[in-house]
Amino acid sequence: MKCMPTLADLSLHQLARICNLRVNAELGQRLVALGLRPDREIMVIRRGWFAGPLQVRVGATEFMLRHDAAHLIDVEILHS
Amino acid sequence: MKKIALVGMPNTGKSTLFNRLTGGTARVANWPGLTVDITTGKILLGSFMVHVADLPGIYDLEGGAEDERLAHAFLAETDLDAVVLVLNAMQLDRQLALALQLKALGVSLVVLLNMADEARAAGIRIDLEGLSAELACPVYAVCAKHGEGMPEFNKRLAAYLRDSRPHRVDFSGLTANADWHAAEADLFARFVSRPPTLPAGPTEKLDRWVLHPLAGLPIFIVMMFCLFQLTYAIGSPLQDGLEYLLGTVKSAVLAPLAQNWPGFLSGFLVDGVFDGVTTVLTFAPIIFLFFSLMAVIEDSGYFSRAAFMMDGLMSRIGLDGRGFVMLMMGFGCNVPALMGTRVIRDYKARLLTMLIIPFSLCSARLQIFLFLSGALFSPTRAPWVLLSLYLASIAIAMGSALVFRKHFPSREPFALELPPYRLPVAGHVWNRGWGETREFLKLASTMIVTGVALVWVLTHYPSEQASLAGIIADFFQPVLSPIGIQAELSIALLFGFVAKEIVLGALSVIVGHEGADLATHLANTLDGVSAYSFMLFTLIYIPCVSAIATVRKESKSLTFTSFSVLWSLSVAWVVSFVFYQGARALGF
Repeated sequence: MKCMPTLADLSLHQLARICNLRVNAELGQRLVALGLRPDREIMVIRRGWFAGPLQVRVGATEFMLRHDAAHLIDVEILHS
Repeated sequence: MKKIALVGMPNTGKSTLFNRLTGGTARVANWPGLTVDITTGKILLGSFMVHVADLPGIYDLEGGAEDERLAHAFLAETDLDAVVLVLNAMQLDRQLALALQLKALGVSLVVLLNMADEARAAGIRIDLEGLSAELACPVYAVCAKHGEGMPEFNKRLAAYLRDSRPHRVDFSGLTANADWHAAEADLFARFVSRPPTLPAGPTEKLDRWVLHPLAGLPIFIVMMFCLFQLTYAIGSPLQDGLEYLLGTVKSAVLAPLAQNWPGFLSGFLVDGVFDGVTTVLTFAPIIFLFFSLMAVIEDSGYFSRAAFMMDGLMSRIGLDGRGFVMLMMGFGCNVPALMGTRVIRDYKARLLTMLIIPFSLCSARLQIFLFLSGALFSPTRAPWVLLSLYLASIAIAMGSALVFRKHFPSREPFALELPPYRLPVAGHVWNRGWGETREFLKLASTMIVTGVALVWVLTHYPSEQASLAGIIADFFQPVLSPIGIQAELSIALLFGFVAKEIVLGALSVIVGHEGADLATHLANTLDGVSAYSFMLFTLIYIPCVSAIATVRKESKSLTFTSFSVLWSLSVAWVVSFVFYQGARALGF
């Protein structure tokens, strides 16, 4: 399966499936603990002002992560 | 004696559970990672005395933050009869792996699904028996906040402890959390049913405004303004009442009693200690209100939103959104905020955050500012003076980070949960307000009495005309007069180094008036410009001895601590100098 877009490319409330995390080990560990893992579905709820973080939802958990991290998370857009 | 520990991810309500179990008053907030230390308490469960430890939150067993390491070490070094793993019933899709990971280490586990009320409201159904059979350990669902399911849980826990044998967690056979993801997904699919889309709750609707790109920031400022406007509006009448009461005690009881005492003793006790302590004590209602209102904000979940809104700005000064929240916590007291930096993994990022927290305007400094702004500015102006000091506090903190960010490069992983909004519980709010007031009264009865007494001696020995205080004040004059701080205020500043709570008491002893008379005296001797310059200097120069000791303890570096103190002192002087001389040059 080929994953072109990253989490940073998603428009708001667009459902996507996580493919691959290319972030460093420490951040990866935290993201995985928050539920951001391959094959899970993810959605961007909001982007912060002043190039602030992204608010995302995975399962019933909402959390924020930064743009530079979002650029390193490959996703596949789900059209449904 | 049996021993148990409460373990779980951040913000799963371990401390709320701890308070519910032990009747304790551990601090709680709707903010991941508030508990950074181990809190312990004792309860009687069945026929056993049980020692309960509340550990800081851990995301997994491989975590590297200071608070996580603390929890890790506790589990490895303590003989525990049971580990109570607290999971958020809403988030089992990512929290069950922790149970599997602990189970694989042979830990005798009791799993508690907290926030069962929220899960039920969201339409999530959990098969407790199925999970319990599969995990081979007891599984219960409770709502610790409202106490739902707790009596039943206490009974079961007592029964469980009857047959338990104490053991330490042996981490040598630790498996990676990721190894359990497949098993976790399997458990979740078999025993938890969740509606395909979660209903849009009040959190989503509120966030639309609170996190709005344009409206968010004004809402924040209005909220902070309301926080101290409300404290002021309710607190002032209470303060006046208390002052009247203590004044009556002085004139009706103390003064007649002291009539026949030797002059030195009556002066020392009545005009020294009593006046000083009275001025400080009248702030007890303000402390109570301030921390109660702060508790409402903490419980609501607003802190995470503040972190979200400010992260864009904070990332540009080398910090993240949490740094801003710790500044806000510092508005209460700098010491717990400094300890709160333990959630930051990167040492340099932690230092930079610790460098800026002492600039945040804590409740002890607030007392001084409330008093001075009330004495020197009109009632319509006073709130704006206060607001400007809060903004100055934030600006100086951020400016410091901006200046030094290059020297504290960080590789801090930043991903922070945004928990749903939760209604504050009256009990928590009361506990926090009263707990802080009690601490304040303790401080007033020991350190403040001592400080005030010492000030009295300094200002009256060898004589009032040529006192030690006068000599000290003269010594500091060359430095302090360019920023508009005159002799009597400089002694107060010296004592403010120990604790800001002493400053007002010291002032009232120095000028020989308390309460309203002190306000009048200050209004006659100071003008707006020099009073504001004094407030700026007080805000910035140094929080107190306890805060410095905390910086030293948390940073484990004397060099950094000295640097932090020197930096604050120099910024304080420069800012006050620029303000004072600038205002005078402009003709104010």
